[in-house]
Amino acid sequence: MRGLLNAIVSPFSRTQGVARWMLGVGVAISGVFLVFAIFAPWLAPYGFATFKGPHGDFAKLGHPNSHHWFGTTDLQTDVLSRVIWGSRTALEVVTLAVIASLVIGLVLGILSGYVGGWADRLLVLVMDSLYAFPSFLLAIVCAFLFTNVIGTSVLFFSSGIIAAAMSLTVIYIPQYFRVVRNTTISAKQATYVEAARALGASGGVVMRRYLFGNVIQSVPVIGTLNAADAILTLAGLGFLGIGIQPNEAAEWGYDLQRALDDAGIGVWWTSLYPGLAIVLLVTGLTLVGEGLNETVNPVLRKRRLLPVVMPPRSRDEVSTTTTAPAPSLEGESTT
Amino acid sequence: MPTKPDTALSSPRQTEAVLDIRQLSVHFDLGGNLLGRLFGRGGGRVRAVDGVNLSLQRGEVVGLVGESGSGKSSLGRALLGLAPISEGSIWFRGQDLATLSGRRLRELRRHVQMVFQDPSAALNPAMTVEQAVTDPLRIHGVPAGERRPRVVEALERVGLSPVELFLSKYPSDLSGGQKQRVVIARAIIMDPAVLIADEPISMLDMSVRAKILTLMLDLKDQLDLTYVYITHDLASAKFFCNRIAIMYLGRIVEIGDTNEIFENPRHPYTRALLAAIPDPDPSRPKTADLLRGEIPDASRPPSGCSFHPRCPVAFDRCGWEPRDLVATLEGHWLRTSPSTYDLERSRIANLDDISADGGSETVLRPSTDASPTDLVALLSEVRREDQGARFWEGVDEISEEPEGVRVRFHSGEDPVLRRNGDVEVACLLY
Repeated sequence: MRGLLNAIVSPFSRTQGVARWMLGVGVAISGVFLVFAIFAPWLAPYGFATFKGPHGDFAKLGHPNSHHWFGTTDLQTDVLSRVIWGSRTALEVVTLAVIASLVIGLVLGILSGYVGGWADRLLVLVMDSLYAFPSFLLAIVCAFLFTNVIGTSVLFFSSGIIAAAMSLTVIYIPQYFRVVRNTTISAKQATYVEAARALGASGGVVMRRYLFGNVIQSVPVIGTLNAADAILTLAGLGFLGIGIQPNEAAEWGYDLQRALDDAGIGVWWTSLYPGLAIVLLVTGLTLVGEGLNETVNPVLRKRRLLPVVMPPRSRDEVSTTTTAPAPSLEGESTT
Repeated sequence: MPTKPDTALSSPRQTEAVLDIRQLSVHFDLGGNLLGRLFGRGGGRVRAVDGVNLSLQRGEVVGLVGESGSGKSSLGRALLGLAPISEGSIWFRGQDLATLSGRRLRELRRHVQMVFQDPSAALNPAMTVEQAVTDPLRIHGVPAGERRPRVVEALERVGLSPVELFLSKYPSDLSGGQKQRVVIARAIIMDPAVLIADEPISMLDMSVRAKILTLMLDLKDQLDLTYVYITHDLASAKFFCNRIAIMYLGRIVEIGDTNEIFENPRHPYTRALLAAIPDPDPSRPKTADLLRGEIPDASRPPSGCSFHPRCPVAFDRCGWEPRDLVATLEGHWLRTSPSTYDLERSRIANLDDISADGGSETVLRPSTDASPTDLVALLSEVRREDQGARFWEGVDEISEEPEGVRVRFHSGEDPVLRRNGDVEVACLLY
């Protein structure tokens, strides 16, 4: 438990300057949205599709007021509620998509890199052709396909969320695959892999215990950067009305699309707040990703060097100096 | 040319052979060009190990010594099944390692273990010392409860105590000598019979080399191990080995008792290697005749004795061939001025083709502005200038013909390992 905590905190303690700020601000922004997502039922004043309260129906395109801080939409729903519920949708989809593409990409990448041969060539070909498509176009096609395939909700996710997550998964798998496969290929040549084989380890053991830990290091960075990109793609899909149906969940992209017509008649609140949410969350996740990158990537990394304080030394103190505790080297001990 | 190297050498102990290598070959196919790879036709093949016979007696230390590219590491890796065995067999406890399936081979790996050259690279950077040393036990299905005491015991055996200090350390926290000790602990934890040490001390600091070798000798006595010690460092082999096998281009050229090899080296290559051992006494005269040149291309080994192009005492039967003529001419041109080179080189039309020739004769064709007589004159000039060159020993006849100069070589012989005194040596001189 303590080790886990250390692992989470260590990027902060190891970085300095800009990277540290980026990481901090990014985590703060993303954290706010995470809180929105988790506690949406309590934070949001109304449901995402609620159009009437105890005092009757909400006003259509009502100005922001004390009951509706961010105003109401042309469907008489509360903008603030939709923004908060929307963050839940966005984070659900993105988490599902990132985890799924990470797991699939990682497994395929290690297999492909370690086994090599025709399986490797075939997988690389498939992944490269996925890469060759404009990713948004691919997401649209996949969303169409998967919405038709998935009829009912899976676990506690509605079918629209699953479909959107799957289409995002498809477009992000190649990124993990590529990185992991290439690191695997270079790690495979290392003596410790040969040593493992000399110990009698089977291919599965080599991949699980020797390659896995050495190839996942760059994955968290891609994960956070992908998450930012996924928010945008999801909003794009919603804007086009694909994937998540309006009755299933609140979706910022869909809200923006509804708000297009409002902008012309001077109604700014229906578009401003969902748009702001997208921008903020994407910025937050990108900052986390870039900050992590600066920490993890040794080329960019600048570590904090704590000054080394040597114990005082004088002629008659020689004997005590040798027994004095070692000077603190924390912060530069790992290289 | 099958030989039976060990029948005479170790007949009294023959029954105690732990590992018996017979006619072992390790060949690597070269990639070749794209079209060739597409249709399954490779380029050449490198004979990294070429028909080696070696029998390891229980409890002995056999050194495999040779330059880079002599096939010593490939031989060591083949013993573990890490390098592809093309021909031959490796007998271990009544089983031929060369024919075993991957699964059975993995089972047997607990009995044959390896210590690697670079301890920093041989340990997984993501595993602690405890995980690394435990892993062989996990792989071979030792119950979880029994692992820890064995790990502690192995680490204590290699001198990493107090063990608690090291268990949770990562390889990056340890010094080179400590890392090598961890590698050795990992190798001995399954209680193997044979340990293959591939240059175990060459990456270590001078001050810990002797310690590691002493540790390995102690372990040998305690655990009844048999070592194959692969090295290019004859000085450490002298300290460490009972028997030494000198390898050149995939073959054993001399094998015998360590003392005998050092006191009475027979093969010219062995002598050259011994002459190359640095002598710490500056007042003693320096040996001038160090080996020249590189080890030849193993995909096209020289005919006859593969050492003959570099051998200081080669003679007519050593297998001289057309490319040696090219090498001799090039050696001559290195000593002349560039203008002489331009003049003489332009007289020969087919120098590049000759070096690709095999066989016992070749025809040197003159270019349009030269005659065969010029070429004969050139050859005799080269011969006169370089009296000491062994190459001319192998030239039987240089005859002038209408189309060029025919150079006929003495037919060569491929030396096999033969008994000579207390050692076996593959050289036509013996």
